[in-house]
Amino acid sequence: MKALIEFVEKKIQPNFEKGGKFQKFHRSFEAFQTFLYVKGDVTRKGSHIRDAIDMKRTMFHVVIALVPALLFGMWNVGLQHYRAIGLEVTFFDQFLFGLIKVLPLVVVSYVVGLAVEFVFAEIRNHEVNEGFLVSGMLIPLIIPVTTPLWMVALATIFAVIIGKEVFGGTGMNILNPALLARAFLFFAYPAYLSGEVWIETSLREGQQLVDGFSGATPLAMLAAYETEQLPSIIEMFLGTIPGSVGETSTLAILIGAVILIATGVGSFRIMASVVLGGLFMGGILNIFAVNEFMATPAYYHLVIGGFAFGAVFMATDPVTASQTPTGKYIYGALIGVVTVLIRVVNPAYPEGMMLAILLMNVFAPLIDHYVVEANIKRRLKRLKRAPVKV
Amino acid sequence: MPKTIKIRKGLNIPLLGSAERILHTAPSADVYAIKPPDFHGLTPKILLKEGDPVKAGTPLFYDKYNEKVLFTSPVSGTFQEVVRGEKRRIMEVLIKPDGKEDFVDFGAAGVAGLSREEIIERLLQSGAWPFFRQRPYAVMANPADKPKAIFVSAFSSAPLAPDFDFLVNGQETLFQTGLDIIAKLTDGDLHLSVDARNTRSNAFLQAKGVKLHYFEGPHPAGNIGIQIHHIAPLNKGEVVWYLDIQDIVIIGRLFEKGFFDPTKIVALTGSEVLNPLYYKIKIGAQILSFAGNNLRRDNGVKCRLISGDALTGTKVEEKGYLGFYDNQVTVIPEGNAQEFMGWLIPNPNRFSMSRTWPSFLMPWKKYRHDTNVRSGERPFVMTGLYEKVLPMDVLPMQLLKAIMINDIDKMEQLGIYEVAPEDFALCEYVCPSKIEMQSVIRDGLDVIRKEFA
Repeated sequence: MKALIEFVEKKIQPNFEKGGKFQKFHRSFEAFQTFLYVKGDVTRKGSHIRDAIDMKRTMFHVVIALVPALLFGMWNVGLQHYRAIGLEVTFFDQFLFGLIKVLPLVVVSYVVGLAVEFVFAEIRNHEVNEGFLVSGMLIPLIIPVTTPLWMVALATIFAVIIGKEVFGGTGMNILNPALLARAFLFFAYPAYLSGEVWIETSLREGQQLVDGFSGATPLAMLAAYETEQLPSIIEMFLGTIPGSVGETSTLAILIGAVILIATGVGSFRIMASVVLGGLFMGGILNIFAVNEFMATPAYYHLVIGGFAFGAVFMATDPVTASQTPTGKYIYGALIGVVTVLIRVVNPAYPEGMMLAILLMNVFAPLIDHYVVEANIKRRLKRLKRAPVKV
Repeated sequence: MPKTIKIRKGLNIPLLGSAERILHTAPSADVYAIKPPDFHGLTPKILLKEGDPVKAGTPLFYDKYNEKVLFTSPVSGTFQEVVRGEKRRIMEVLIKPDGKEDFVDFGAAGVAGLSREEIIERLLQSGAWPFFRQRPYAVMANPADKPKAIFVSAFSSAPLAPDFDFLVNGQETLFQTGLDIIAKLTDGDLHLSVDARNTRSNAFLQAKGVKLHYFEGPHPAGNIGIQIHHIAPLNKGEVVWYLDIQDIVIIGRLFEKGFFDPTKIVALTGSEVLNPLYYKIKIGAQILSFAGNNLRRDNGVKCRLISGDALTGTKVEEKGYLGFYDNQVTVIPEGNAQEFMGWLIPNPNRFSMSRTWPSFLMPWKKYRHDTNVRSGERPFVMTGLYEKVLPMDVLPMQLLKAIMINDIDKMEQLGIYEVAPEDFALCEYVCPSKIEMQSVIRDGLDVIRKEFA
């Protein structure tokens, strides 16, 4: 490996340095270089030693935490497809079908998103940030598998430019880029993101849909008050239901949550308070229970739709969430409350999670503002109590 | 035992090479240096010419903006050279020792008869004044101020920090004399903070004329700023002073014997030291003069020599000198080697506070920590991390951002008066975005200080 590193530093690097042939692309080169190996840069100011963690490793752990949901999502895409056409096939065939359908979404999201990131890094002359490694994985997991690839590309470009770069890049954005991509598709191409889009039903010759096939998600069923058709709670928890690619399996998401909490990368405060907020609001609606949706047990909300996925992977985005410890509780709880409210009280948008998180992203700075004000007030109070200086 | 102040937030970085409790008396160094950059914001004015003879206690330079504050020679010998850096900034004032122990005689004086003014006068003349530092700003104290209180920490929690019990061993009476002297400089209290678990020395536990506080917890529990925050937090407009325990011993010696003898004990620590132990030296000694034959040099690894601890110390060159306030020298390997897939491979020899590295599975392990930065600088991304290592009611990220955008009102409101760069050293250590937080805090303090100067 030493030889490889030496080759990169001696033979390739000079081309990208000042005066080199590819000087314009030196940020892109740097991104690949630092991916390949940690450079021998030492501390110059301040602390002489630094924690081994960096953004690459942090983001890598989020991606790892997403893998169970991704793999399950692939299998579920196949499962739902073959169920819809009434074919009994092996587990392997189901997974393979899903893999073929999902992989292009992932590839398009990464390639397009990273391309935009690289372009902005070169224009602005800063290092390529690792944030998109996570966003690029999130985007394919929160859209229907039937989304056309050009739409994925368009949404990704929109999310990265309007969601992130106009604010100054990673760390400066107000809205979660991945959710923004989904919201963009949801409002720009509503036909592709609602209705019977959750299951891949393109048929080959000789295939046909089974009788009585609906393809509706549990959320849609609830919104239409068709509770008798609802899958069992176990099915919904395991995730063998229609839905966005990665959101269906609460179990797979829980595995991711354990990884995030154990490594300390994801905020337990936010995850827990989103869940509590959702249960709280669901409980209140249960008390009134004027329609079937309101009467649905509060915990159903945790396993249907994007609630679990949003709570674990979306709400916890450190940049767009509240940044103060106290603020995180308020922010999380409000996401839970608003999600259930949107779902139950406003059935025009059955998926409340996306809108709730985006709404609270906007409010997060306000929540932080009040937490910071409280800190300032404590300090001012102390000043007043202090003995008067003569 | 009175109430213990428990510090829950913080981090002890497990480094290899803590000093054994063995004391070597080092021979006189070839050269001594007083380094004006040790005193933040100081503009020195040189008083002597090259070749002038000096005694221990002879003024070398003074503070341009406070002419009474003198900086004196730690040894007798000749004024050798003024080393200048960029823009002719004075970096080092070198003294060549003559091996004789000639002291300027300031006259022995008991504690009892002296007034506050007389004490300050004597401290200023002898060059002992710069031992006094102040908060806010973490700079040398102004003799014209009347501090609200004076704080002394009887322990350090920094990585590989020396054992203060050992430093004060045999100097108990001088330490008490020093305490008696400095107690006279404030109308408020003289606070002495000890480690509730580890402080054993009666010099601290039985100290007279002080308010004793017990602290417990990980680094930065030993930082004076953290202690002030928990004992009596600093408000706008207030000034407190603080000193190091060995400097109090030197002040005790000054009043007891009548001369300025800055002899102190430093710990030589770090993974690149063969036998980490303590040395008796004088302030400003050339580090290699006592540490030279105790460093690991055969393995071809480039070392970094740090005067102070690994988090807040000053990098010194091969021929460098001990800093004015430092009681520790740390020697660790430079991290200038590339590491293939270094960010990914879970190398068991890397330490991290986060549980993304295997180090959390091995709480007993000590690390040969190098100086690699690990990554380029990124904007703030992770949150909630810095709060975990800053045991203060201060919102670290919000304060740092206020400084970055130069918002003076916000800085004040968010508690800039209570913090010093060293209090943010751990935040800087754990930061995955590798933001230079100690410099940011220092910049903020400079801005505020200028604003109200």
